[in-house]
Formats: sequence, C-alpha cells, structure tokens
Amino acid sequence: MPYVVTAGCVDIMDKSCVLECPVDCIYEGDRMMYIQPDECIDCGACELVCPQDAVLYAEDGPETSLFLAATDQVFSAVGSPRSAKKHGPLGFDPPSIRELEPKDK
Amino acid sequence: MSEPHHRHLRVAVVGSGPSGAYCVEALLESLPGMSISVDVIERLPVPFGLVRYGVAPDHERIKSIIDSFGEILSHERVRFLGNVAYGSDITMLDLRRYYDVAIFACGANSTRRLGIPGENLPGVFAAADFVSWYNGHPNATIERFALTAKQATVIGNGNVALDVARMLVNPRETLLQTDVPQHVLDLLVKSPIEDVHIVGRRGPLQAKFTTKEIVELGRLDDVDVIVDPCVLRVTESELKQAAPPTARMVAALRTLGSLPRGRARRIHFTFFRRPVAVFGHPGAESVVLEATEGDNDHGKTERARREVIEAGLVLTSVGYRAEPLPELPFDAVTATVPHTNGQVFDGDDTRPAVYVAGWLKRGPTGVIGTNRRDSLETVKALLSNARGFPRALERDPGAVVSLLRERGVEVVPWDGWNAIDGAEVARGARLGRARVKIHRLEELLQASSRCPPE
Repeated sequence: MPYVVTAGCVDIMDKSCVLECPVDCIYEGDRMMYIQPDECIDCGACELVCPQDAVLYAEDGPETSLFLAATDQVFSAVGSPRSAKKHGPLGFDPPSIRELEPKDK
Repeated sequence: MSEPHHRHLRVAVVGSGPSGAYCVEALLESLPGMSISVDVIERLPVPFGLVRYGVAPDHERIKSIIDSFGEILSHERVRFLGNVAYGSDITMLDLRRYYDVAIFACGANSTRRLGIPGENLPGVFAAADFVSWYNGHPNATIERFALTAKQATVIGNGNVALDVARMLVNPRETLLQTDVPQHVLDLLVKSPIEDVHIVGRRGPLQAKFTTKEIVELGRLDDVDVIVDPCVLRVTESELKQAAPPTARMVAALRTLGSLPRGRARRIHFTFFRRPVAVFGHPGAESVVLEATEGDNDHGKTERARREVIEAGLVLTSVGYRAEPLPELPFDAVTATVPHTNGQVFDGDDTRPAVYVAGWLKRGPTGVIGTNRRDSLETVKALLSNARGFPRALERDPGAVVSLLRERGVEVVPWDGWNAIDGAEVARGARLGRARVKIHRLEELLQASSRCPPE
C-alpha cells in the first residue's frame, strides 16, 4: 500500500517531491501531482519533503479515499510509464479533482 | 568564452550506495553539455551499499530500487571497480593522478555507543551489526549471532529499531520471501524469541519512526504490539502542535493498542526510559531502565523510576556515524566532511576537485530518496566548477586498473557483480527461494570470477 498525494497539493504543486522521488514516479496533473502506486517503492521521501504536507501513507485515513480513487483513475488511463520526467505532464485531472473548489494560492 | 571545458571529464565516485548512484545519475544527465566518464570505486565486490546491506530484507518494495541503480551503474559511460578500498588500495594521490575530480559518497559505516556499564557483555550489539549480519554483509562475522534469547531489548526510537524488532519476530513464511543468507534464515526461524522491547529515552512525539513502519507492525499476524500507556495520554493540543507526519505516526501508534491478545510473540514500546546498565554472566541477562525527565509529565506515578527487564539480547540503535577518511578533512562533532554545496573545504582552503555526497556530507539522516536531491546539489556544484579543475595527468582509463592489479587488488567489474547476482539467484533456486545472498567475501569473489574476462 503506497503513498498518495492529497488535498494540500491541489492548485499548489510545489514539486519538491519530484526531486527526491528515487524512482521518478510522481506525475504532474493539471491541478495536482499523482503517485503511480505500482512504481512507488514506499520509501517515504515525498512525505518528509512536502511543504504542504500533502503526501500521506495510503492507510492514513478518510482524507485519502477521494485521492486514492482519483489516482486509480489517472493510472488506469496512463498505465505505468516508468518515468514521470520522460512522460511529461499528464495534461489532465480526473473529474473528481477537476471539480474541486479552486484554492487561493 | 575563454577556455573550453576539458575535452573530457574523468570522475571518480567513491561508494556505490544511494548517494553514489544518484551522483552518477546526475553526472550522466549532464552529458549533452559535457563529455564525462565515471569510475565507481566500491570497497565491496558488490554494489548498492545500504540498499543491499541496510534496508530490511522484508522491505522488498524499497529494495526494488536496485533495478534502477543497476541501470545507472551499468551505463556505458560508467565503470564499476568493485573490491577496491579507498585509503588502502587506492589513495587520494592516485585519484588526483587518474581523475579530474572525485566525489566521496561512502556513507557512515560506524555506530554510536551508549557508554553504559555492561555494554561490552556478550549479547549486547549495535543494531547496525545485527542489520549487517542478517543482510549477509561480508564484514559481519557469520557466527556473531546465536539468537538463543527469549527476551530482547532494542534501545532507540528510529526506523532501524523497528526493522530489527520486526526481523526478530517475523514468521517463517515472511522470512522465506527474503534474500537473507541461508544460515541467517535457519537461525531466525529457530529463534525462541518471545518479547522485544523497544525503548526510547524520550516520548512518542519525539520518536523518529515513520507512519508506514508503525502501520506495518499492525499487520504482523502472530505478534501482539503493546504500546506504552503514555501514548494514549498524548493530548490533542500536543498532536496539533507536532509536525503533521509526527502526529500521524503517533496516531498510528495509538491504534496499535496496548493489550496483549495472547499471541506467541510480542513487541513492546516503552518510552521515557533510558538504559543505565546491562547485567548478566557470562552474557547479557537484563537491562536496567531509568525514567527520564520527560516522564515527569506522563505517568511517573505508575511505574518505578527504575525497572529491570529481562534481555538476553540487547541491540543499541542510537545512530550511525561516519569515520574520518584518509586525506579528507573531518568535523568530529558532526561526523561529516566540511563542505559548501558538496565541495569539500579544509579550513580556508577549498579543495577544488574533491566533493562529498550523502551521509558523509549531511550526516545519517533521511530516506533513500533524500539522497537524490543531495547528490544533485553536489553534482551541480561540481559541474559549475569543472573548468577550474586541475587536469589529471593520466588519461588512459586502463591505467588505473593496471595499477590496482599490480598492487594485487582483485578488481571486480560490473560483469563480476552480474556473475554474483546470477550465483545468488541460482542458490535461491536450489533452496526454493527467489534469491539467497552470499555472505562470505571469499565466496563473493569466487562467484564474481566466474564471469567472462573483460
């Protein structure tokens, strides 16, 4: 059960996590970042470095369920490209994330 | 523009663990602008440092990072020189002669000690030594651990303490999925261990565990986790004031519960206690714990200021520590090499072409990924200074290998590691496991030489 990016990232996308992810498995959506759960190796670097404290260990609790489902939708479409850098921005968010209230930066 | 860059930059990276591998990755990514070749100098015949010898064997997902490190270290611009020790087989003078620049990424190989009576009794070890042993590190003596104790105490409140506790209580089925050497597996399976106490000098809010590692303990089927009652007394306002990851970790500790359910093995979390002595004859039998100051807030009324717990095995997990390296400055207080963005300096004197990365640079902190950004910082500084490096006199890549062979060093190339890798998988197949690690140095070297000559 890997890590998941949650509400804190929406409309912020600080991307500190991208520099530290040892397997480059954090993909850029339009409004937030997404961790590819099959590529994630559970090291936890992203949780420690996120200034928004948006990365949670997936079993952490109710604040993760919406984002686990969104992550699932993203990677059902994208699969496992094995490198976020090579893949580039996703160019979309799933509807559940698109519909979230905009956050003041 | 004045002088062009060196036509070609020859880089030595000392150490092939996470920080070394990420330095190589960052160097390779600079390739479009610069011609670079990298020699990775590793004192062991095998690569990957603490990924192979530190990460807990039951953390297969984290260990899978080896695949991407393997891609980096086997790149066509990279040469692996295994079984070559800096300081004895190759010196700073040699590095200057054969390379334009060197990066030291050789980690922190020593451990801190408690400094209490009884610490030298048989049965008392640094947790890091136990980690090296169960991971089959060639420098860890095979006979070192007998695992005959029913009661163990682990001193320290970081993830290493959790790793060793988990490895002590893991059921056979879990151990069979790991790559630990067969003699280690046999001892762990036979181990009569019943209780493991994890003891922390401070409280749950100061513990350095991560949430994931705590949550994991709840999934151990045949193990009760018994958490110090002080965890339940952490107040909501204390949780709010804590860093969010810490608050989540403490919340996870709470859900582990505090009541034994009659399972065969138990892990106990004990906070606000420090060990003051280990007693026993001829080896450790018990640890004396004393309440610490922090306990004034929490529950000192419930327990004596001093208590004695049975412990035939005591593992101290109070941090790794780097040792000074020949010809490199060293700050004994922080146990790191002084540097600016990775460039080593010695007093007022900046070393133009000597860099440092990883634990040797920032101390033993963070997780594997933390080293990626750290190594990137070092390599960025290196590349921005590259035109000022004194050019190494010896440009022939074969020369350094010839020198090492003349000195009687049995250099293990990447193909040699591939041969070891194959031998370990084959050994696993014979024993019905995915891989069984080779523990002894001589056997590693033997296996490595069964590769086609270069």
